[in-house]
Parts: sequence; structure tokens; C-alpha cells
Amino acid sequence: MKVLVPVKRVIDYNVKVRVKSDGSGVDLANVKMSMNPFDEIAVEEAIRLKEAGTADEVIAVSIGVKQAQETLRTALAMGADRAILVVAADDVHQDIEPLAVAKILAKVVEEEGAGLVLAGKQAIDNDMNATGQMLSALLGWSQATFASDLKIEGEHAVVTREVDGGLQTIKVKMPAIVTVDLRLNEPRYASLPNIMKAKKKPLDEKTAADYGIDVSPRLEVVKTSEPETRQAGEIVPDVDTLVAKLKEKGII
Amino acid sequence: MAGNPFERETLNLLLFDWLRIDTLAELPAHQGQDVADWTAVLNLADRVSKEALAPAWRASDRTEPELRDGVVRVEPGTRAAVRTWLDAGLHLAAVPEDEGGLSLPFTVAAATMAMSMASHIAAASFPMLSVANSRVIRTFGTAAQIAAFAAPQQAGTALGTMCLSEPNVGSSLGDVATRAVPDGHDDLGPRYRLRGTKMWISAGGQDITEQIVHLVLAKAEGPDGRVISGSGGLSLFAVPSVLPDGRVNDVAVTGLNHKMGWRGTPNCVMAFGEKTGAQGWLIGTEGQGLPIMFQMMNEARIGVGIGAAALAWRGYLTSRSYARERVQGRALDARDAPDPVPLTRHPDVRRMLLAQKAIAEGSLAICLYAARLVDLSGAGDEEAETLLGLLTPIVKSWPSEMGLVANHMAIQIHGGYGYTRDFEVEQIYRDNRLNPIHEGTTGIQGIDLLGRKMLFDRTGGLDLLLRRISETADNAPDDLAGCVTALRAARKALEEGVAAAHDMNDPAAALANATQMLSAAGHVVAGWLLLDLASTERAGEGQKLACRYFSQFELPQVRAWLAPVVAKSDLTATLNEDAL
Repeated sequence: MKVLVPVKRVIDYNVKVRVKSDGSGVDLANVKMSMNPFDEIAVEEAIRLKEAGTADEVIAVSIGVKQAQETLRTALAMGADRAILVVAADDVHQDIEPLAVAKILAKVVEEEGAGLVLAGKQAIDNDMNATGQMLSALLGWSQATFASDLKIEGEHAVVTREVDGGLQTIKVKMPAIVTVDLRLNEPRYASLPNIMKAKKKPLDEKTAADYGIDVSPRLEVVKTSEPETRQAGEIVPDVDTLVAKLKEKGII
Repeated sequence: MAGNPFERETLNLLLFDWLRIDTLAELPAHQGQDVADWTAVLNLADRVSKEALAPAWRASDRTEPELRDGVVRVEPGTRAAVRTWLDAGLHLAAVPEDEGGLSLPFTVAAATMAMSMASHIAAASFPMLSVANSRVIRTFGTAAQIAAFAAPQQAGTALGTMCLSEPNVGSSLGDVATRAVPDGHDDLGPRYRLRGTKMWISAGGQDITEQIVHLVLAKAEGPDGRVISGSGGLSLFAVPSVLPDGRVNDVAVTGLNHKMGWRGTPNCVMAFGEKTGAQGWLIGTEGQGLPIMFQMMNEARIGVGIGAAALAWRGYLTSRSYARERVQGRALDARDAPDPVPLTRHPDVRRMLLAQKAIAEGSLAICLYAARLVDLSGAGDEEAETLLGLLTPIVKSWPSEMGLVANHMAIQIHGGYGYTRDFEVEQIYRDNRLNPIHEGTTGIQGIDLLGRKMLFDRTGGLDLLLRRISETADNAPDDLAGCVTALRAARKALEEGVAAAHDMNDPAAALANATQMLSAAGHVVAGWLLLDLASTERAGEGQKLACRYFSQFELPQVRAWLAPVVAKSDLTATLNEDAL
């Protein structure tokens, strides 16, 4: 079975995000970028499936700017067998929308004959949480989202999902799209020797046009703004004053 | 963790814009590598440092290593952190490819070290010692010795130590008392039985790896049972804690030293051969002990400088975020203002932040510049080798001494809080306090600089340095003209100081003031590199500020330090000890 893992290049989770002065989005020029942390978990799970003999090949796919090559190299260094880069944008500020990503992924899945797609449940930059679900609809495959445990049992995938109030276990028919949550596994570091070895693994470069997919945006970002900064506190002399103040603000 | 222990953007600026390490990819040793590879490696080190090392740093200070049932127990978080670091293979960075490594530039390895040491200097020192140890074995050992002693360290199943000092022998290694008696010959070469006590052995015992490879400096007995006195009689032996046949060697940790800082690395008193004699194998030939160790010194000393620079960075960043958040007092020109202002509004706090910035950036610049010289000299660049020789004592001691000055200010900015153990700055200071002591004290570095590298030098190192300083001054942008003037004046003072020392025609007398020369030369080198860095096209306002601060507030000290040298002072050389 071939496992396909889409990986997205996003702003590093350690970086303090700055909104562009014109409010059109977030400043990404000269900012440290990394693999979306949820995608890392998906890559790790795919590698574990291969190590367990359940999967034969792990293919990482990234759709976006050319620099996403680095992200794919990380996936290869972690243990993916090969990678496909679909160049769909020139400007690092252009975010390819979930529908376009899902359409391209559907083509790649068909072309590769993959039997399982392991994807992050969402990207930490736009938090859309949509690509996996759209891909499932486009392919007519089963979907199991927010996975915190995954077992492949013959023709089925048994997936434990993190839902409000606890865990839900479902059994879906393969082929399937599984989107992964934080607690599925702890991804390994791509070790230094593996980083260097990854250079020799195949990385194919394609374009969105090769798949005949139009990636022009359908959504319009009206405004992006910084969260409100925390207001200065106030020291009150006693409990009574505190209660009065809280009442005054309508908090109690 | 209160803040980011390191500023990656500045590290990138130094490596890629200032030092232009992309050009190192043209050297034969790094063929096929590129900036993207090195960035991935730096990202790995960055993550491992932040995610695995940093969280264990505080605990390693509070839970000191323990000696229980003959085994040294390292603080568990630190043990796991070292394991993660080794599993990530970061210790293989600069090892040549044909020796099982990745052949990355030493400069890149140095940068990974800087991030690791800023996060948890005690955890980072386990692999650092091991890297130096296995390099000695790879360079001077036989194929069988490399397979037995270096390969397990590279595979991460063993760690190494350097056993040089003894209870009564620190800086004067010629007096080493550990003896090695010939005990036959086997696949691993000439075998000996070692007996003696070693002191200050970092990582001498640990529970991270089963095997520990000790490199022990000892004196081999001749057929008459006698040893050669002085450093010429020193030989180097590989003494594994577990023998090739699986038996435990006669090596024991008899006690732990309770240190001021850097507590995560156990510091051991070691007994070799208390029972039957510790089995060890000769590395190189008899009498070659010290020359072998000196070959490794350059890089070990850069390592110390990097640790000190990293801690200067951490103190600077920690006190900067504190100063930005902490409101206290009113501005000098608005004393009646209703609200207190952030500490960063006060000129004296700004001075202390700026001083720390200049020291942190200057220290890192010196270390990385030297690391690049290691790469260039490895590729046959003779000028690089000459300059590296001259700079090494400065690379080791300037960050060590000035890093503490920076950490002192980081505590000062915190006020009373900085003196409590609830804040990180006191630990940073205590950790950093080791750096002027180990791998050759500041006093030793001064003698090395003024003696071997200046008075007795035949390589023209000083002339080369002075020429490079002038080149930087000539090419600086107009807005840094004030810095250029200050640097030229400091350069002139240094030249005059060295001339005065030569003029004494009495090296012993001149060397009495060697540390003054070391301080002065260190400041000149820092001023030079800060100007060179600030002249880089992509350098920001911060780099220019640091350069201006250093030129106005620090460089004038050069002449003051050199005053006793220029005056040919014999005060410390001739005084009456009883009057001390």
C-alpha cells in the first residue's frame, strides 16, 4: 500500500507572528518557516506504518511555493521515500485554498494509486481544517478525522477520534483519508545523517497546471488584525473594592 | 522557560551575511553541500536545543548528580536530553565523511553548539567532550583502536572524557603522577596498567551510556621503572570503562565535586588502578601525550568561547525581556509622571543592555570567525592558520571574561529578583563562571598570547591581524566613521603595547603583564569584528548601536589596560610575597 502525506510549509510555531501594516495578511518575508506540526505527526504515522510492514511506500506531497522543497526534504529526512512538489504560487504570501489543494491532491492520489492519505487535521497558519474532508468528498473515499489512534485491519482502518467529551472509535473502509490530531504520536527528529541522506531521495517537481487545476483564490481576505494587547492591571486596596469593580464591569 | 535562550536571526546574519559561509561549499571537503542543507541542520539543532535541552536546564542545577553504588546518576531530564542530542546525530556534523561523519563545515557545527549551549550548557558538554575525544583517537589511533574506541562514540553507544588534571596538577601537566606500566601487546596495540588519581574529570561517570572511553594522560615507566620528568614524559592512553572482553575495567569514580554551576555535568574524582591496574592502550607513541592534546586544543578552546558567548546571549535576552516588561520609576526628565515607565526607558539600563548586546554579539562573532578560520586552514589557507593561532587565546578568554561582565549586568537589571533563585540569571552567571577556568585559565591564555603568539612568533600573526583591522576600517560605511576612529586608535595602542613588550628584551619580565595584553588585544579584536559586522549590508540598527557603544565606552579601555605594559611595570614580577 502506498501512503500519501500532504505537508504544508507554514510559519514556524515559535515565531512571533506580525500582521502586515496594510492588514492584508501576515508578514512572511524572512521569517522562519517549518512543516505544519500536524503534518509532522502524519509523516511520523506513515513512517511507522511502513516500519510495521503495513505500508510499502510513503510519498510526501507539498503544494505551494518552490521553497516548500525544504519542507519536503524534512519529510524525506524523517523517512518518507520520495516527494512531489506541486508549484502553485510564486509569492510566499499566497495561500492556496483548501479546495484547490484538495483537487490537486485528488489527481496525485489517482496518479500514484495511493491506498491511504494521512494528513494533518489542519494547518496552523489558516486553521481551515477543510482539505482532508474535501479530498474525501472529491475521491468518494471514507474519512476519519482528528485521529489519536490508527490501526489498519485488513480492508478497514480503525480510528480513535478526539471528540468533545472524550474519544470515539470508528471503523472505516479503505481506501481512506485520515486526518491526524496532536496525540496520535510524537514525531521523531530528522537526524543529521538522515538530513544529508535525504538529498539523494527523489523529489519530483510539478505545477498546478500539470494537473489542470486552477488555483486562483475564491475567498477574499477582508482584513487581518493583531489580537488586542493586554491592558494594564490595577491593584485594588481590598476585597470589597475588587467585588465592586467586578460588578461594575458586569463580570459577576 | 522565561524566554528564548538564543536569537536565531542574529546567528543567521553572522553566518550567512557576514561570514558568507555559503562560500565554504566551494571547499573540497564540503562538495555537494549547500546552504539549504546547513539550514536544515541548524533547524534541527535549534529544535533539539529548545525542545529537549532547555526544559532540563533548571532541574539539572537543582538535582545535582549523585554517586550511588559506584554509579554516577545524572539528572534524568538531562540524561534524556543528551540521548536525544546523540540520536539526532549532531555530534557527527564536522566528522569527515570517510571517518563516518557528515563533513559539514566546523563553522556550522560551532553554530549548532552555540544553540545547544545556550539552552543547557551542561547537557551539551557530554557530546562536546566526546567529539574531542573521538577526534583524538581518529587522528592518532590505529584502525583497531578507532574501531574499538571512536566508533562506539560516533554511534552514540559510548561517551568520552579527557583525564588530564590531578589533585595537585592543573595547569602544570608536566608534573602528572599517574603511572603506566607496560603490560604486553594485543590487537589494540601496546597495553599498559595505569595507576593514579585524576581530578576535575567532567562526565567521568554517568548513566547515559554503558561504555565510557577515558583518554588519560600518564607517564609510562621505562624498563628501569623510571619515568621521564617534565611534559616530555607524558603519554596518552585510551582506558575504556568496559574492557573489550566485557569485563569492567579497574576505573572508579571515588567522589563528586560540588560545583558552583554547570552542575548537570558530573565532575569526578577518578581512581585508576586501585586494584589490579586499569588497562589502557597507548595512543600514538610514548612521550607524545602533550603534543597530541595540543592538536585538539584549538577547537576545544573555540568550544569554550562558544559556551561563554551562548550564556552571554541568554543573559542578554533574559534581562532584555525583563526590562521591557518591568515598570519601575519615572524618566529622569519626567519625575512627576503619574505612571512608572518600563526599565528600558532608563539610560543606565539601556547602557547595560547595550553592553550585553555588544559582548554577546562580539563574542559570537569572534568564535564563529575563528571557526571559519578552522575550515579555511583545513583547506590549506596558510593565512587563516596563522591568524587562528594568534586569535585562539582570545577566542577562549574574551567571551569567558566578558561574558561574565554581561551576566553581571543581566543580574543587575533584575535588581533583587536577579539575586534570587526564582530567576534564571543567577544560574546563567554560575554556569558561565567556569569558562575562564577550564581548558587553560585566562592567565595561561595571556601567556600564550603575549609569549608564543607575539614575542616568540615567527608566523607574522600580529602583522596579519593589524592588516585585517585596517582593511575593515578602510571599508566601513560613512555612518560608522566614529567607530573607525576609535578602532584605529585602539589598534595603534595595541601596536605600541606589543612594541614595548618586545623592547623589554626580557620575556619573563614582559609576561608578568600578559593578562593586561590579553584584555587589550581581546577588546581590539572585538571592536574590529563588531565594526566589520556592522558594515555588512544586511546588518540592522542593533548591530550599528552595539558597534557605537563598544567604540565609545569600551575601546578607550585598551590604552588603560596597556598602561603597565607600556610603562614596563615590574610591580607583580618583583614584589615581596610576604606583603601580599
